[in-house]
Order: sequence, then C-alpha cells, then structure tokens
Amino acid sequence: MKNKNSQKAEERPSRCPDNSAFKQQRLPAWKPKLTAPTVLSSFFVIGLFCLLVGICLILSARSVKEIQINYSDTCRDCSKLREDSSNWDKECNCSAHFTLQENVTGDVFLYYRLENFYQNHRRYVLSRSDAQLLGQDVNIQNSYCAPFSTYSNGTPMAPCGAIANSMFNDTIHLSYYINSSTAIQVPLLKSGNSWWSDKNVKFRNPSSYNLSSAFAGTARPPYWQKPVYLLDEEDERNNGYINDDFVIWMRVSAFPTFRNVYRRLSPTKQFADGLPAGNYTFHIAYNFPVTKFKGKKQVLLSTITWSGGSNLFLGIAYTVSGAVTVLAGFIITAIHLKFRTKKTYFQRQNPSR
Amino acid sequence: MELCAKKHPPEEERRVRANAREYNEKFQYASNCIKTSKYNVLTFLPVNLFEQFQEVANTYFLFLLILQLIPQISSLSWFTTIVPLVLVLTITAVKDATDDYFRHKSDNQVNNRQSQVLINGSLQQEQWMNVRVGDIIKLENNQFVAADLLLLSSSEPHGLCYIETAELDGETNMKVRQASPVTSVLGDISRLAQFDGEVICEPPNNKLDKFSGTLYWKENKYPLSNQNMLLRGCMLRNTECCFGLVIFAGPDTKLMQNSGRTKFKRTSIDRLMNTLVLWIFGFLVCMGVILAIGNGIWEYEVGACFQIYLPWDAAVDSAFFSGFLSFWSYIIILNTVVPISLYVSVEVIRLGHSYFINWDKKMYCAQRQTPAEARTTTLNEELGQVEYIFSDKTGTLTQNIMVFSKCSIHGRSYGDVLDVLGHKAELGERTEPVDFSFNPLADPRFRFWDASLLEAVKLGDPHVHEFFRLLSLCHTVMSEEKSEGELYYKAQSPDEGALVTAARNFSFVFRSRTPKTITVHELGQAVTYQLLAILDFNNVRKRMSVIVRSPEGRIRLYCKGADTILLERLHPAHHELLNVTTDHLNEYAAEGLRTLVLAYKDLEDGYYEDWAEQLLRASTALEGREDRLAHLYEEVERDMMLLGATAIEDKLQQGVPETIAILTLANIKIWVLTGDKQETAVNIGYSCKMLTDDMTEVFIVTGHTVLEVREELRKAREKMMDSSRSMGNGFSCQEKLSSSGLSSVLEAIAGEYALVINGHSLAHALEADMELEFLETACACKAVICCRVTPLQKAQVVELVKKYKKAVTLAIGDGANDVSMIKTAHIGVGISGQEGIQAVLASDYSFSQFKFLQRLLLVHGRWSYLRMCKFLCYFFYKNFAFTMVHFWFGFFCGFSAQTVYDQYFITLYNIVYTSLPVLAMGVFDQDVTEQRSMEYPKLYEPGQLNLLFNKREFFICIAQGIYTSVLLFFLPYGVFADTALGADYQSFAVTVATSLVIVVSVQIGLDTGFWTAINHFFIWGSLAVYFAILFAMHSNGLFQMFPNQFRFVGNAQNTLAQPTVWLTITLTTVVCIMPVVAFRFLKLDLKPELSDTVRYTQLVRKKQRAQHRYLRRVGRAGSRRSGYAFSHQEGFGELIMSGKNMRLSSLALSSFATRSGSSWIETLRKKKGGDSNANSPSGGADKPLKV
Repeated sequence: MKNKNSQKAEERPSRCPDNSAFKQQRLPAWKPKLTAPTVLSSFFVIGLFCLLVGICLILSARSVKEIQINYSDTCRDCSKLREDSSNWDKECNCSAHFTLQENVTGDVFLYYRLENFYQNHRRYVLSRSDAQLLGQDVNIQNSYCAPFSTYSNGTPMAPCGAIANSMFNDTIHLSYYINSSTAIQVPLLKSGNSWWSDKNVKFRNPSSYNLSSAFAGTARPPYWQKPVYLLDEEDERNNGYINDDFVIWMRVSAFPTFRNVYRRLSPTKQFADGLPAGNYTFHIAYNFPVTKFKGKKQVLLSTITWSGGSNLFLGIAYTVSGAVTVLAGFIITAIHLKFRTKKTYFQRQNPSR
Repeated sequence: MELCAKKHPPEEERRVRANAREYNEKFQYASNCIKTSKYNVLTFLPVNLFEQFQEVANTYFLFLLILQLIPQISSLSWFTTIVPLVLVLTITAVKDATDDYFRHKSDNQVNNRQSQVLINGSLQQEQWMNVRVGDIIKLENNQFVAADLLLLSSSEPHGLCYIETAELDGETNMKVRQASPVTSVLGDISRLAQFDGEVICEPPNNKLDKFSGTLYWKENKYPLSNQNMLLRGCMLRNTECCFGLVIFAGPDTKLMQNSGRTKFKRTSIDRLMNTLVLWIFGFLVCMGVILAIGNGIWEYEVGACFQIYLPWDAAVDSAFFSGFLSFWSYIIILNTVVPISLYVSVEVIRLGHSYFINWDKKMYCAQRQTPAEARTTTLNEELGQVEYIFSDKTGTLTQNIMVFSKCSIHGRSYGDVLDVLGHKAELGERTEPVDFSFNPLADPRFRFWDASLLEAVKLGDPHVHEFFRLLSLCHTVMSEEKSEGELYYKAQSPDEGALVTAARNFSFVFRSRTPKTITVHELGQAVTYQLLAILDFNNVRKRMSVIVRSPEGRIRLYCKGADTILLERLHPAHHELLNVTTDHLNEYAAEGLRTLVLAYKDLEDGYYEDWAEQLLRASTALEGREDRLAHLYEEVERDMMLLGATAIEDKLQQGVPETIAILTLANIKIWVLTGDKQETAVNIGYSCKMLTDDMTEVFIVTGHTVLEVREELRKAREKMMDSSRSMGNGFSCQEKLSSSGLSSVLEAIAGEYALVINGHSLAHALEADMELEFLETACACKAVICCRVTPLQKAQVVELVKKYKKAVTLAIGDGANDVSMIKTAHIGVGISGQEGIQAVLASDYSFSQFKFLQRLLLVHGRWSYLRMCKFLCYFFYKNFAFTMVHFWFGFFCGFSAQTVYDQYFITLYNIVYTSLPVLAMGVFDQDVTEQRSMEYPKLYEPGQLNLLFNKREFFICIAQGIYTSVLLFFLPYGVFADTALGADYQSFAVTVATSLVIVVSVQIGLDTGFWTAINHFFIWGSLAVYFAILFAMHSNGLFQMFPNQFRFVGNAQNTLAQPTVWLTITLTTVVCIMPVVAFRFLKLDLKPELSDTVRYTQLVRKKQRAQHRYLRRVGRAGSRRSGYAFSHQEGFGELIMSGKNMRLSSLALSSFATRSGSSWIETLRKKKGGDSNANSPSGGADKPLKV
C-alpha cells in the first residue's frame, strides 16, 4: 500500500495545494466595522435627510385640492333600485352639487372611488384573459375567466372574466354654473388617462375591417349594457379593448378601497387654468350597484403634484422617522460617550494586575 | 456481491469441518466478501430517493408540490417548487453516488486480494471474497490474514507464528500464536488436504482476545483458545508461512464485528435546523389557520354579497369550505418561510468549506505528500463546536518510533547537547550527530547527539562498558544476519529494540543468541556469554533479568526494570549514586521519556548452583509454580548494584504538545483511548503535556471487579469534591460552563485532575449502572486516559459522552482499531499517509499529522461555524421578511391567498436575487484572521456553547424578519391605499418587491464582514440582475409571446418612474435597517468590551503565563513516577531458553559469529530429530526479515 502511494506521488509531481490567495482564504478584503464616527454621522445625516424630505412632502400634499362626494349615499334611491338585479334595464339618474370656494388651478382629475370592492381577490385578479385582450384569437374556455367565459349556448364573452364583467359603468358629467341659472358642461377628456404601455401594448383590438366585425361571434359580458365595440362610439381609438375606461378598470387595484381616473379636465376656455370657484353639479347615470356588498361609491375631483395626491402618509412617515433617527443618533452618542469612559477604565486596570 | 447481503438467523454454535465445503455450506455461513457500500446500479435510484424522502424537508416539499397541482388550491404555479426540489434531489443523489462509488472501489480492492487456498489437494490462488469457511489457506510472511483462522501449522518450529495486530487492536508489539500440537505436525500440503477435523466453537462475536472451541479429530477432542487463532486484519511477521483453517469469514470476523455500523452523521445544526423547520411548519399551520378562519368569515360576511361580481368556484358551496381551501392555498404561498434552497445552500457552503480544507497549504504534509482531505462534506460547522476529542495514541500522538535519547551512567547524565557555555541547548540544525562510522556494525539510522558518551566508551570507562554490556545482554531480542555485518533485530517491543540498537552503535553489538549463549561484539571482539537464566518480565515484576556467565567464568545477573521496583532492590551502599540517578530519572520522566533503571549483581558460583537447583525444582513443581518462581526471582534480584538509567523517547508526532496545549485552552477536553499499556499511555500523557506534574492528582483506576471500580471512582470524586470545597468553590461537573463566566473558568483551573483507567475497569465502568458515575468522574478531570481498551470500548466511551453530555465529539486515530470510534463520534478524523487506510476510509476528515487538528478546529471549524450561523440567521430573516408580507396582505384581499408579488419574483427570489450574496458570505466570511484564531483559542468557545445560532438567535432573526415584513407591507400600503397614483396591484407588487430586494441586499451588506471582490460582485450583481430581470419580464416582447404569463408588461417603467415609489423604497430601507445598525452598534460598543474581549485577553494572557511557567519547570524535579513502559509480553524468556523460536537456519547462521564450539546445535538437532518439519525444505528456506 505504501509503495503504491509513493509511486503515485512520484507520478504526480506534487499534491501540494496551490498557494493562491483564493485557495488559502487570503483574498484581499474590505472589512467594514461599525465604528462610532460612521454610525453616528450616518444617523444624523439620514435623520436630517428624512426630516427634510418629510417636510417637503407634507407641504406638497397640502397644496393638493380635493373634493369628494359619496354619491352612493347621496343617490339613495338609485342605490336601492340597483340592489334588485331585475331592474338592470331601468335607468336611474342622480345629481350631486358642490361649491368651490376658490379656484382650483392646475391639472384637475375626476376620479371615481370605490370602497370595499375586492379587486385584489385572488380569483378576481386571475379572472381575465390577457391573450384575448391582446386581440388574439384564443380559446378562452381554458383561461381562468370562468364562470364569465361563455354563455350556455357557447358564445364566448368578449372580454371575458370577472374583472371585465364588473366594469364600472356609471357615467358622470360635470356642469358648472356660470350664474345661478345657467350651467355649462365642463369639458372633460376621456382618453389619455391610462398608461401608454397599457393602451398600446397590453390591449389590442382584434384586427378586422371594422370593430363590430372584429367582435363578431362574441357577446358582451352579462352585466354590460352594450357590447365592447360600442364603448366609445365617437372615438375609434378609444373603442373596443383599448377604451380608456376599460383599460383603467382592468388594471386591478391593490386594495379594496381604490380610486380610478375617470376623466381629466380639458384646459379650454374658462377652464384653462383649472376649475374656477363656483357651483358645480355632477350628473350621474347610476348603473353600478355597490350597496349590495356594502360598498360605497364616490366621485372625486383632485389636482395632483409631483408627490402624488393629497395623501399625507408618506410625508408624515418621513418626518417621524427622520425625527426618530436624529433622536436615536443623540441617544446612541450619549450611550457611546458615557461608555467610552468605562472602557478606558478597564483598559487602565488591565496592566496594573 | 449480492451474496454478501444475505441475512442469517443468529447462530448458537459454529461447526466447521476442514476441507469440506459441501458440509459447511449447509450452515450458510457468511462468505468472506465484505460490503460497506450501500447501493448498486439498480437499487441506487429507489433506495436513494427513499432515503432522501426520509428527510422531513424533502417530504414536505413533495407534499407542497402535490398541493400545488390542485387547481382550486394552487395559489402559485407548480414550477416554484419543483425546480428547486429537483435541483436538491439531484445534487444530493450525485454526491451519494460518488461516495458509494469509492466505497465500492475499496470493497473491491479488499475483496479481490489474493490468497492461496487449498482446494482438492493443491494450492490455488483465490480472491479473498471467494474464501469459504472451512477452507485451509496458506499465508506468507507480511501478508494480511484474510479471515479469522485457526492456525493449523506453520513453518516455524512448534507451530509458532508471529503476528502484528496493530491494524486490529492498535498494539504494536508482535504476538505469538501457536498451533495446537496435533495439527502443528501437518506440515505439507498432502497431509493438510487430508485433514478433516471438525471445529465446534462459539458463534461470531467481537471479543478480540477470547475464543473458545474444540477440535474433533480422529475421535479425539482438543481444546482451542485464542492462542490458536489468527484474526483478520493481523499481519504475519517473521514467519515463513503458515496454514490456517477459516473459522469466521467476512462480516463474521472479529475485525468486522468490531467495526461499528456506518451511520449517517448529522451535525447539531442540522438537527436544530430540522427542529426549527418543524416549528416553522407549526407556525405556518397557525398562520394558515388564522387566514383560513379569516377567509371563512370574510366569505360569509363579504364574499357572499360580493358574489354578483365574483361568484364562488363551482366546487365551493360554503364559506367554511372556502376557508378550508384557502388554508391549503396559504400553506403553499407561505411555504417560502422554509425555502428548499436553504438545504441546497447549506450543502453548497459546506462543500466550499470542504474545499478550503482540501486546499489548505498549512495542512499539507510535505514529507508524506498528503494534503488534508475533507472526506465528508456535511460536517464542517460541527468542527467549530467540538468539546471532546478522543485520540488514539500510537500513530496519532506518537510516531511509534522509539529512540534511545538519554542515559545516566554512574551518576553522569548523557544525551543533552551542551552549547559552548555549558548550558543545555536546543537541538538546532547545526548540531551534528555523533559519528559512528568507526563501527562497521553500527546501525546507520541511529542518531545520538552527545559525543561525550562515545568518548567515555572509547576511553574505556568501566561503568559505561558495563552499562552497554547490560543492554546488549539483558533483553529478549532476536537477531538475524543475512551477510556479515548486516544485522537485523527482531524485537517484540520497539523500546527494547532501541536499547539494543543503542548498545550496538556504542560498540556492544548483540550479534546472535542460542538458547544457552549470547554472542556480543564488544569493541570489535566477539565475546560469548553463557546464558544461564532469563528471569522473565511480567506486569507485577516490571523488570527482567538475565544471569550470564562471562568467558572468564564470572556469573553476573543483569537486571533492567521500572525505577519504582528496582530502586528498592539496590544495595544500600550506593546511596549517593542512587540520589543522583534518581534526580536524573525525575528529569527524564518530566520530559516524558520512558525510563529504565539498570543494575547488576555478581553471583557466587555456589550460590548460583543452589539457586539454579531450586529454580529447576520450582519450574517442575505441579502446584504453585508461578508463586515459587516469583519467590525465587525475588530472592536473587536483591542488593543489586546500580549501573544507571536509560531514557527512551517515544517519538511524538510533530507539534503534539503545543496542539494539545492550544486545544486545551480552547476548552476542548482531550481523552486518550489506547490499546497500549497503562505505563506507556501515562508516559505519553506526560510527554505531550496532557498530564503535568502541576496536576493535583492523577487517579488511576485499575480495579478488576465491579465493586473495586465503583469504589475507586467514588474515591476520586470525593477527593475532587473535597478539594474544591476547601477552595471555596462549588464543584460542578455536569453543568456546562456558564457562558464563559470568569468564576467558572477559575474553578476549572482550581482543581486539575486526571483519570487513568484500565481496560478491565473500563469494561465495568461502561456497564449501564456505572456509566454515569464514570462519566461524571471523567468529565471533572482535565485529562482522561483509557488504556488497554478494545476497539469496541473506544466506541462505547465515545457513545457514552455523546449520550449524556450532548457535546460534540471528535475521534482521531490512524488504525483499524480506531474505526469504530471514528464512526461513532460526531466527527471522525483519520491520520493518513501511513500504513493501513481503514481509519482514513471510515473517517470524515483526514490529514497526516495530529498537529493539523488545531488548524482544522480553530481556523476551519470556527470559520465554518461562524459562517454557517451567519448564513442561517440571514437566511431565515430574509425569508420571513419575504413571506410574511403575504400574511399581512391576506387581511386586505379577503384572505384569498393572493400573493403580493409576481409569481416569477417568488420563484427567483431565493434562487437568483438573494442567493449569491448570502452564499458568498457563507463561504468567504471571516471575523478575525486565522492568526488571531490560533492566538486566542478562547475564540473557539462560542461554538461549543452554541451561541451563534440557537433557538434564541433564531427567534431574533424571525422577529427581525417579521418587523421588516410589516414595514415592507404597511409603508407602501399607507402610500398606495386610496391615492391617485399607482394604486394598482401590479405597481404595489413591484414596489414591495423592489423594497424587499434592496432591504435584504443592504442587510447582507451589513452582515458581510469580509468584502472580497466576490462579495462585491455578488451583492451589486444581484441588485443589477434584479432590475435587469424585472425590466425583461415586464418587457413588451415577452408579453406578446406569452400574454397570459407575463402580465406585468410595462409595469417596471411606469412604476419606477414615479418619485413617490422611490421615496417609499428609500423610507422602507431606512426604517428597516437603521434599528439594526443601532442595535448592532450598541451591542458592539457595550457588550463585548464588558464580557468577551477584555476577559478573553486577560484570561488568555493569564493562561499563557501559567503555561510558560510549567514549560519552564520541566527541567526541575518531577514526581516519583515510574517511566518504565515496555510493551513487553510475558513468556518470551521461556521461549528463548527453550530454543523453541529459533529456526535451525538462523541458528546455523549465527554459528559463524560464535565460531567457538557449537555443541549445542548438535544437541538441539538431536532433540528435534523426530521433528521432521523442522528440517522440511519450506522451513529451511531463509529470507532476511526486516523488522
């Protein structure tokens, strides 16, 4: 055995491991340490930065003007009517008044807001066919659209799925009272409110010489009043799957309370700088039932800033964490200074032993 | 191969008939094929998979996979689980397969060894595996014994044969076996072929030194004992050839019966991890239940009303059932708290650490050209937690080379090298060994450094001459001389060989012996002494003497023996000399040398005649022969004249004392388990500084009965209790040292005790009712030495400590006798590069020098442990942070098991985004440099105390993970809920995922203490890869190809373009990380200075000072302990005197040296006339046998 080994050793000149830094675990390395100067300075710098950002955020959120009207309460009659699904074909109109004390300048957006509507439910989120929405001819029966995929006679729904089926279908108009008696329609833009990528990549109409033929052989979802190719009869580029309202609705929200952009103020004439102060009325065609699942509907007018809307949360969170960080910085400094005297005491004692 | 695996019912007795294969086949005895491998080609896949799925974790993931295939439940795609699972199973299977391949190879190698089997009257070459019980096989010199054999006959006279049992029991001295007289005459093959005796004996067992059986042959019964047996694993030495009957084969052999079963070793972290995984699973079920109840309530309260928009699934008919399904869905989503990548990563890290061990240049032995090898890749971090080391002695601590190192002759000590000023000098490179070239018979390998001794010889100092004359006469060494001047000594113990060799080089050359004479070349002149008597060695006498008549006719008794015994028997006249010699002896003993005292006595002719007559009468007496002989010996070995003392160095392996000192400082307890004699073992204990003269007491347990042993243990404990009480400290053995408290360390120092226990006593001490007592006593001692232990006892001791101490044990050894211990201990280390590879094959780590152990433990082990702990902490943290977000989200999405993240993110998070930085940390991290680790052995303690990763640390990590998950979810929630911007689900998912990746990356940056280029690359790379993949997954191209799979199209660009999202991410990072920084800084600032660092440096310095003290003290007087440590065996004197062991040929050879009348040869010839064997050609052929 021994002989064999030594022979082997002779054949292979050396079994000695390489003397490389990697193999000998001697790679040059940066060994960061949590030293007092770096830690303390980072605390103060980060704390002050957070405070600053927080204050900016609060100021910016404060500048946002917002009007919110809960019309599922205001239009109680319509709400009642919609609770009974057999009344689906009865029209119900409703209006809500509000007064602006001062001008609202800047970009003004009109939102609808839903409460307690679980767009983020797993089965709801899944219930769509992106291939269908891309205009591809697909067998939607294999998708997650069920039970909103085909009618019992086999006609496929276009678009399929629970999301599409439950699309928000109230129509909201805003009128402005120039004086106490005359009201004019506030011009609102219905397209250009969605992401470019959604409108141009994610949603495509099936190709055909016209839209209605493209959707031939399909039927509208059960809760819809009109087929998909009639969503916007005025604007060809806002019809079918690429209808802005539809696109926005299909981007499901993260939480059960959410707001979606409905319209955007068209800056023309007296509305060039925003909404002037005065009296306004929302004219709402109430179609979308919410009370049945204890939901609420609001209509919202709001400006936006770089930091988003009127939400103060981020600003406050920044301010608080900035303050706490700075405070922690002071506390740690105090502890550190107090302790350092202790350490030297120990060190002095050591050699004397 | 398949035959090997056959199972047999336990046998009650074994019947073996020689040369009768058909007869023996009836009993279906195991064949001689051994099998240590686990799989073959066909069974590999099923068996291996079965084994792997016995792992809790693997079954769990399989179960998850099945769940995911149910569409109603599946909240995640199946590929999120199957990809990692298959990866894990494959990696493990490949590893198992390679391991088993090597086992097959070594099995084959052993099974295919050749042996000569007597079949149908002729010798045939057969492979070992084809040897059957009942076969007669022929063994030649230096061959391994293939199976347990009954020695039938040998080439040597009287059916003697010599074996070396080092592989079997670790004893290095040669042993004699003798064939039963009836069979020893069966010299030639034809007679052996007709032999049809039947052996009835005990069934296979593991007792190495017991055998009882009966040989039935020709209607006669002959008793058989262990003296007739050659066991597998032994090697035939100094014997031309011999024949044996196979009694036990393969797995039934005592060697195999003694090697414990191969067990799959797990580290304590593995076990802890499995426990934690179970806990996490429990936690998972709790979360699942909470969310399921939530789901039930939600579906009942809200979901039922919401059915117009979102009807229930067809199969779901009630909120309760929906809740039930949602439970399983949540189990699937939340399973990432224990990601399967944990197991892969752990294996990868361990593999990396193993490579570092293999690559370590500082553990490479240049002499033997053997690098260290991590043979098991799964135990590395356990190396950082070792508390007990069980070491073999021979070949591990010592090199098994005996060197004549010093001597004291007539009150003068020789052997120290003195420098110019007359001070003792260390052996440097410049010192030249003494030149023995003047002596043609000198052994060229012998080295001695003190030239004054040779001068004394040359000057003709009578004391020195007498000293070496004694050494050349008083021994039982056999000599062999092939050609003039080429002398080989066959010593049954290496010590004796060393002494005779020393005498040889100093011109007192033992040349040859006959039963009645000894021929010595004294200063170039052949002198033949008449050998009158050998007063043989035994354990009680601890000495041996010869009585010789010089050519001048003077009768002199030469005696050498243990100082304790001999010093009492000296003539009182030499008081002064005795004192000086005693001083020298103490000095030698303190250096750990094995000492012998030499003395002589002149005998009057008349006195001797009387005595010899009495001896003759006594030796033929029927009753009380032993006692009478002993009495006679006592009588003559009295009033002797002191000649001097010898000191033999049992050469330690390099750096053994230093290693032991450092390991002791690291709070590792070292136990020596050796098959060797007590004196030898104790001596080595002293020379490697395990035992020191500073020790309060060394308890020696040698009781032969249960009661004696119990009593001795009790006394030892009482003594320790008493002394610690008197020191004012409570005595604590069982409790672990509380976290490095100063007082407990002092307490341990206060009483330094050692325990030496003998094989028989150990057998009693290991019985169920005494084992705890033994353990308590032993653990209270600083050092424990168990001598004369069998391989199985070694394993039992290890098992005992494992069982009660819950400590990590490491066994280190080099021989086959250590295999069971190596297999039993948590970690087995084999010393490689020497003869015999069984230990290495059974070991988990192997290297060629004991001293590498300190590097393996203190550097590699410590780092491995540290890295593994840091890795685990971070890993659990990152997965809790990752997964718990789903839990919080559950409360906002109707408990519908909606995931927060994209499913690709979930799949890739553990495999891609966060795996490499933590792996890099787990492989490369270093807290202190290797030099510091060696300098401050106390740094090893956290591992032993399990401080870096335990249940508490785990909960801290979990808490941190949960804290992070809360912030990760609720900060974006606060920002996103009910705002105009990006409030959609996909943007939220991207924001949370990005925050998560950034937070855990910053956290790993904080955890990484050693940023090599690789760490930089992995950490920055992971972030870059995250964004790259994010943008790729959200790109138009992929969406257009698979619109239903990549739904997040355009999300990355849109979401990450918003300043609010970035502000949210920044805030989340700051809020998650700053508390950790603050906490770590405060801990670093407050804790270590108070407890660890200061104490470390203080204690280490203190201990080092103490250590220096006793190292310096070495020169001073030691205790009066006997260094007599021959691995002698009784009975050799008798053999020599009877001439039994002298082959005619060698006798003839020696005659030319004797020259003078060889009448004794004639008498011997006459005496052996009837014995035809002795003259048979095979017996006569002579080859030089090197010892």
